Amino acid sequence: MPEILKVNNLSKSFGKVRAVHDLSFKVDQGEILGIIGPNGAGKTTLFNLISGEIKPDAGEVIFNGKDVAITQTFKKCRMGIARTYQIPRPFLNMTILENLLVGSIYGAGKSYKESKKQCVRILEKTGLSAKSGALVGTLPLLDRKRLELAKALATNPVLLLVDEVAGGLTEGEVEEFLRIIHGVRKEGVTVLWVEHIVMAMTKGPDRLLVMNFGRRLFVGRPDEAFNSPDVQKIYLGDED
Amino acid sequence: MIEYLEPLINGILLGGLYGVVGIGLSMVFGIMRQVNLAHGELMILSSYLSLVFLQVLGLHPLVTLILVAPLMFFIGYLIQILLFNRVMQRGMEPFLMISFGLSIIIQNALLLIFTPDARSLETAMVIKGVDVFGLFNIPLIYLVNFTVGALVLTALHQFMKRTYMGWAINASADNETAAKLMGINVNKVYAYALGIAAVTAAISGVLVGMSFTFYPHSGTQYLIIAFGVVIIGGLGSLPGTFLGGLVLGVSQLFGGRILGPGFQLLSGYIILLIILTVRPQGILGGR
Repeated sequence: MPEILKVNNLSKSFGKVRAVHDLSFKVDQGEILGIIGPNGAGKTTLFNLISGEIKPDAGEVIFNGKDVAITQTFKKCRMGIARTYQIPRPFLNMTILENLLVGSIYGAGKSYKESKKQCVRILEKTGLSAKSGALVGTLPLLDRKRLELAKALATNPVLLLVDEVAGGLTEGEVEEFLRIIHGVRKEGVTVLWVEHIVMAMTKGPDRLLVMNFGRRLFVGRPDEAFNSPDVQKIYLGDED
Repeated sequence: MIEYLEPLINGILLGGLYGVVGIGLSMVFGIMRQVNLAHGELMILSSYLSLVFLQVLGLHPLVTLILVAPLMFFIGYLIQILLFNRVMQRGMEPFLMISFGLSIIIQNALLLIFTPDARSLETAMVIKGVDVFGLFNIPLIYLVNFTVGALVLTALHQFMKRTYMGWAINASADNETAAKLMGINVNKVYAYALGIAAVTAAISGVLVGMSFTFYPHSGTQYLIIAFGVVIIGGLGSLPGTFLGGLVLGVSQLFGGRILGPGFQLLSGYIILLIILTVRPQGILGGR
């Protein structure tokens, strides 16, 4: 599998805090890479750097062979990088379908007809079909999380960044998101997935990247990761 | 009772004009959460542009809009790209300062080019009247103002609901970061938005120019009216802006009729003050 994303020596500081510190890793096309780490490990900063909301102090983000570290967010979206937020950020004054259409028309650059067809498919996939005409302001949390994912899919991503979609959901709901994300991967989309819920992280990703203090602590299969003494130390604390 | 019918109808019609005056300010606030202090000057600039086309080409003031509106769109677009977009992320103060500076520059440029003399876009519509049940006359221009005002509001509403650009504007207004992530070039969307606001300034500038006399410094006076309209109706709400216009227009003319002509402006702002106290978010404003 060719690699779709390569992060080289990426660094970003906020004042004296090194949020991401000399971080390097690779992601293959069609892979699901889970990212875990304690609070403040730099996971969300890493996502912000990849999606373009903030610019790195140093290092490269190579997407599809091109360095996109300082490319503007909307351009990255059009190149195929999409992301979701931990706290959903929908367009509240629009219907669900319109929320998706915006991404499909502007992000994926499709015509209205194609967009509509694609968006209807995504709504089915994410279980929102029945509510496509509802205003987003009226939706409960689970549906907002679904919408957050659906919106990102509407932009036709090559690389999807998923930020804590499972937080605040029940186990059954998490399972459903696992199914949706595996379905997305089957279509060839590469997924980077930050999550705190261990159950999702053992079943979901092919590999795990464990971060601590902005650095890479471990990369490997989920079972290896959770068995590694280094990882157990930061998650469970020192024995003594 | 019948004596109050005239100020009521005239007030409503005047309110239609006030509505268009306020729309541009309301739009910019609703979309960018910024206050454009140069909006009044953009209006008066349009009045003068219309005057030039009227004198050079001999067109009817309303027909000059075919030229003035696109020109103002372009000017608005450029102002946003070259000036406002630089400070969008830095809170409200820099935007206020830049738009205030811009208003001074436009005012003085107009003063230099057109001298401080009173001007107006002359048209027979000011003199012609429409008879209302044989009771009193309404100047035709008031009817034109109201009709155009209602049309502009409806058109803008439909634009925001039905076009891709309208969706992109709504999306950017709703959540800028999310809009960028959906592939929307937010800076360009804002430029379109200011362009459209400038077109509403063009339309209201021409209407105002036909209805009243104007000077290079008249912009401030209309900015204050726009503020009144927008605050009464609710910041950022388009239907609210129109309603705000009606309330301001009616309360001005009623005040003028009951308390005497000197109280016309004052009574409008007393109503504004009352609404600010009772319902600070405006009649149709959310939150």
